[in-house]
Amino acid sequence: MTDFSGTTLPGGSSPSRERSGPGPVARSGPTPRSALALRMSLLGWSLVLLTGSVLGAVLATVWITSVSIAALGVGIPLILLTTALVRWLADLHRQWAADRLGVPVPAHPYQPTPDAGWLARLWTILRDPATWRDWIWLVVNSITIWLSSGLSLLFFAFGVVYLTYPLIYQLTPPQVFRTPMGEAFRLHSVAQSFALVPLGPVFLLLWYTTAARLANLNARVIRALLGPTEQARLRARVQQLATSRAETADTQAGELRRIERDLHDGAQARLVSLGMSLGLAEQLLPKDPQAAQQLLAEARESTSSALTELRDLVRGIHPPVLADRGLEGALKALALVNPIPTTVVTRLPGRLPAPIESAAYFAVAEALSNAIKHAQARQIRITVELAPHRDGAAGELTMLVSDDGRGGASIDSGTGLRGIQRRLAAFDGTLAVDSPPGGPTEVRMSLPCVS
Amino acid sequence: MRIVIAEDLALLREGLIRILQANGFEVVEAVDNGAALIRSLMTHRPDVAIVDVRLPPTFTDEGLRSAIEARRQIPGLPIMVLSQYVEQIYARELMSDRAGAVGYLLKDRVTDVDQFVASVRQVAAGSTVMDPDVVSALLTRRSADPKLLGLSPREHEVLALMAQGRSNAAIAARMFVTEKTVSKHSNSIFAKLGLKPSEDDNRRILAVLAYLQG
Repeated sequence: MTDFSGTTLPGGSSPSRERSGPGPVARSGPTPRSALALRMSLLGWSLVLLTGSVLGAVLATVWITSVSIAALGVGIPLILLTTALVRWLADLHRQWAADRLGVPVPAHPYQPTPDAGWLARLWTILRDPATWRDWIWLVVNSITIWLSSGLSLLFFAFGVVYLTYPLIYQLTPPQVFRTPMGEAFRLHSVAQSFALVPLGPVFLLLWYTTAARLANLNARVIRALLGPTEQARLRARVQQLATSRAETADTQAGELRRIERDLHDGAQARLVSLGMSLGLAEQLLPKDPQAAQQLLAEARESTSSALTELRDLVRGIHPPVLADRGLEGALKALALVNPIPTTVVTRLPGRLPAPIESAAYFAVAEALSNAIKHAQARQIRITVELAPHRDGAAGELTMLVSDDGRGGASIDSGTGLRGIQRRLAAFDGTLAVDSPPGGPTEVRMSLPCVS
Repeated sequence: MRIVIAEDLALLREGLIRILQANGFEVVEAVDNGAALIRSLMTHRPDVAIVDVRLPPTFTDEGLRSAIEARRQIPGLPIMVLSQYVEQIYARELMSDRAGAVGYLLKDRVTDVDQFVASVRQVAAGSTVMDPDVVSALLTRRSADPKLLGLSPREHEVLALMAQGRSNAAIAARMFVTEKTVSKHSNSIFAKLGLKPSEDDNRRILAVLAYLQG
């Protein structure tokens, strides 16, 4: 096997790598690309991965050596260095596997190394299960890579060699390519070598049909060995939940403060002034009925303003139409009073759980008001859809707010979209913005929804 | 004039009864839920019903739904809907049978007793009365509509007042013009909205509906 890598690597690597281009290639996702181009790029990646496995084997050797001389002191920096290199190599492979499978494989699942001395860092690294999984992967990979990338490459190389066998036979010095299938089978002339040409298409076909599958197999091995352990996954999840809980608690507290302030400064103050007007009117009634009437009229005005303020406040907490009609009705009511023509398309099975309805409503309302304020759009489209989740039981509510405006919206540019993102995060929801300058803008939000 | 009231909050129900009785209406029944409302409307067939949108048992839009259901059975039954909030979607649903004789007001409009009583009488007489909040929201929203874009600012104003259920005389007084000017404006509005001359009141409803439906 190693023999074979020696003959193919130098010759074939650079052109294939150029064809495959930099960055993630061979995506099974939405980007359409021709089947052949995909396979050619996989061929390029096979070479890269094989080189990677050789590098991995070297690293493993250096590591084992340095561990065995760790007691001498010089081994420790060497271990740290090789560990850094291995992690870099592993992260590249994670990225590749994620691109290949279209499923994220989280990079860098390691425990953070403390900023302490050499020994402390070494100890953290040695205790981290991810370190040991990396090494297991290095060893396993040095074998499995040949069964996936190596085999794929071999098919391709055999295909090309057999297809051009008469040419090779003719151009190379005698004796070199006389035995195409081992000692048992010996060629005596160019004419005889033509008999091997049909093998070329057979191998190429074999390569063509298995390339993607072998690459996927390799990616699965990488994901299985380099993906986060259950423990690491849980740790990350707990961290994420703690962050979102803290943010939610903050937002809630802020909201309550705002409501309290609004009530105190608005409705309450108006009711007090109303009481004062009425009291004065009562006192004035016998002496100056005209002035009393004036005061009563003012008092009535005052109740109207107080009610308006209370109404706005309630709308901000939970819009009545949402309570009455659910998400669908509330969004339609929202579109109806919108200055920019807005179409609402919903595909919902009925009422959703109240917290989801509320979160979804406010998210869409905020995205909509963003579009009205900034996009200079002529048309806005809202699509809300509940899709059954991949795992079965729970569903995913996706909300799309798109406009034909000038684009250029980004999560970092204002507080609006960032606020939506935070609100949604409390429910494990996400927000993505696609808004190239010049438009159109598409805000895509999702909420996991347990039904 | 015989009235049925549907309002679940006792305090407001009593207040309404007091205001209406003080203004010469006869309250034949006051109910507090949607089912009782439909029953009462079927039995009494009042000159006008005053209905709260939110009623038991659902505490959502039971009152509105009951009112629409009652009008399906007694076409054109005059209904004045009161609500803590005005939603255009509800205004549209109320008017969708195009029979007129509907009103949709914020609850606190009741505090302007004269105006409220006048609105109730207009609905009983078959007019359409929309809350100024609904109308002003429509005016801002519909400015983009090509059909309504043709209206002059004056005509917009007339249409807005018309949607509030005011008569030509009341509109004239409000705008400080003669009644003749108002009827000229309204004819021009009907023409621009493509409403053919038929019964005048009905055209007013259709014009308001044109606003609501865009």
